[in-house]
Amino acid sequence: MTSLTTTASAEAVTLPGRPQRTGRSTRGVGERPSGVATIILILGALYCLLPVVWVVIASTKSGSELFSTFTFAPSTHLVDNVTDLAAYRGGLFWRWMANTALYAGVGALLSTVVSAMAGYGLAKYRFPGKTAVFNVLLAGVLVPAVVLAIPQYLLLAQVGLTNTYWAVLLPSIISPYGIYLARIYAAAAVPDEVVEAARTDGASEGRTFAQVAVPMMAPGLVTVFLFQFVAIWNNFMLPYIMLGDDKLFPLTVGLSGLLNQGATQPALYTLVITGALLSIIPLVALFLVLQRYWQVDLAAGAVKS
Amino acid sequence: MSSTATRRRDRGRAGRRRAPWLFLAPAIVLFALFLAAPILYAVYLSFRTEKVSGLGLGSGSRTEVWNGLTNYANALADPEFLASVGRVAIYGLIVVPTMLGLALLFALLLDARRARARGFSRVSIFLPYAVPAVISSLLWGFLYLPGVSPFYYVFDQLGWDVPSMFSSNLVMFAVANIAVWGGVGFNMVVIYTSLKAIPSELYEAAELDGASQIGVAWRIKIPIVVPSIIMTFVFSMIATLQVFAEPTTLRPLSNTISSTWTPLMKVYRDAFTRGDLYSAAATSVIIALATFVLSFGFLRLVQSRAFGQEK
Repeated sequence: MTSLTTTASAEAVTLPGRPQRTGRSTRGVGERPSGVATIILILGALYCLLPVVWVVIASTKSGSELFSTFTFAPSTHLVDNVTDLAAYRGGLFWRWMANTALYAGVGALLSTVVSAMAGYGLAKYRFPGKTAVFNVLLAGVLVPAVVLAIPQYLLLAQVGLTNTYWAVLLPSIISPYGIYLARIYAAAAVPDEVVEAARTDGASEGRTFAQVAVPMMAPGLVTVFLFQFVAIWNNFMLPYIMLGDDKLFPLTVGLSGLLNQGATQPALYTLVITGALLSIIPLVALFLVLQRYWQVDLAAGAVKS
Repeated sequence: MSSTATRRRDRGRAGRRRAPWLFLAPAIVLFALFLAAPILYAVYLSFRTEKVSGLGLGSGSRTEVWNGLTNYANALADPEFLASVGRVAIYGLIVVPTMLGLALLFALLLDARRARARGFSRVSIFLPYAVPAVISSLLWGFLYLPGVSPFYYVFDQLGWDVPSMFSSNLVMFAVANIAVWGGVGFNMVVIYTSLKAIPSELYEAAELDGASQIGVAWRIKIPIVVPSIIMTFVFSMIATLQVFAEPTTLRPLSNTISSTWTPLMKVYRDAFTRGDLYSAAATSVIIALATFVLSFGFLRLVQSRAFGQEK
């Protein structure tokens, strides 16, 4: 039967009540929308948006309104709250924001450069020890941050680097997962013939990499950068351990500390909420603008854009 | 052939031998300094302890000595540590299946073109990935506080008496919910990406055979995305073992989260509140070994799959 039926007649033999779709090419045109599927997706979207909507509304409320008015009723104090936050201890919040941008921006950039070089070296050369080097680097993916945190702290303390920008920046540069992605990207996007041709033309190995391979790997490297950027921006444990001076804090550690103080001074809650809102705006914006780079295939390691 | 050309070619060959090592040098140096050295140091510390002589005052009264496996024995017998391991096990059993189940469901629905509002849902569900764990814990923390929570407002209006999310029975779910909220979108995108890679001929064949949507999902789509699910599973498991930021952020709002609520929190407390680096190091090594054992299949899986295109 199946070999004889066309797409149209397959529809006709469908049991009543059983959803059936036609061939992929015609889908979306003659298809009934599925209510259940849509409702499930919308519920998922609402669940994910709920805290974000809440923080937008809550940051418009004054400290007393926070606990006295209905949660989803907006108020008019957003500007006051932002002014209060900006004034908090001489603009400390803006320092946290600038620090976060520094840690995440510079850290991710350096990390991408190191990963791109290592990935290219592993993908485009054959040399003794290559598999061993790669396996050791990749094993780093599995090392929990906790195992590293304490000894990293102790080692950096011995050279006097704890409680400095370096303490957070330097450990963020090495990224086994970034190297792994860069290797896959170099293997897939840079053909051996092109590398060969550049060499025949007399380009040095470094120049071949910088001027021929890097442009070809660019879309993948954007993804490596984004991954590292988000990872460093989200990192909590490393700066929490390394830094004592709150002028060096990133947003995560700063706001967490502010919440901690809020337990005894509820007036700080308004600052925490406004700070949370302001802190997610840059990342949400970045994420929406660069959405097309977020198609991740972990199993194949590839990134499709 | 001119001697210049020969020299140039020789230089090219030598350059090509050295080149991969030069490309790898920054990664290897940083790896050695910030990954390998700390690990070795942690292992070394885990076998040491501090011996206090006299009253422990003055220099020279505290000396570091070899301690064998005592730190490990103590850690494994420590009821606080065992309790934190038990908590993380339950937490993982709640978080990982819920998060991956929802991620798979949403990915399949996004791929089924009969659903509406797919663009909106995809962006909305992925959005929490852009919110750091500390910030999301903070937001959910407020949503759990009866004074400001919309849920408690609604329950109040309905006249229901609902226990606090921070009560000892529910606090686990309160923390788990934050992890699910933060992780479901990323995993959804991973699974969705591999669904998009399935050639459409496969569906056409199945549809000609009269398979239902659910049949296609169950017999074709899910088997094909299994490698992605395994990968997301491994990454989720590693993340679960390291849970730290969420409960640490929620602590000020609740007295049901102890300072040793998760293994990582206990390591932090031992090292930085109590100043006992040695037992903290032993506990971290145990956590690392557990991670290695649990995600052992990872390297083999990755290697056999990823490098087919490279000679």
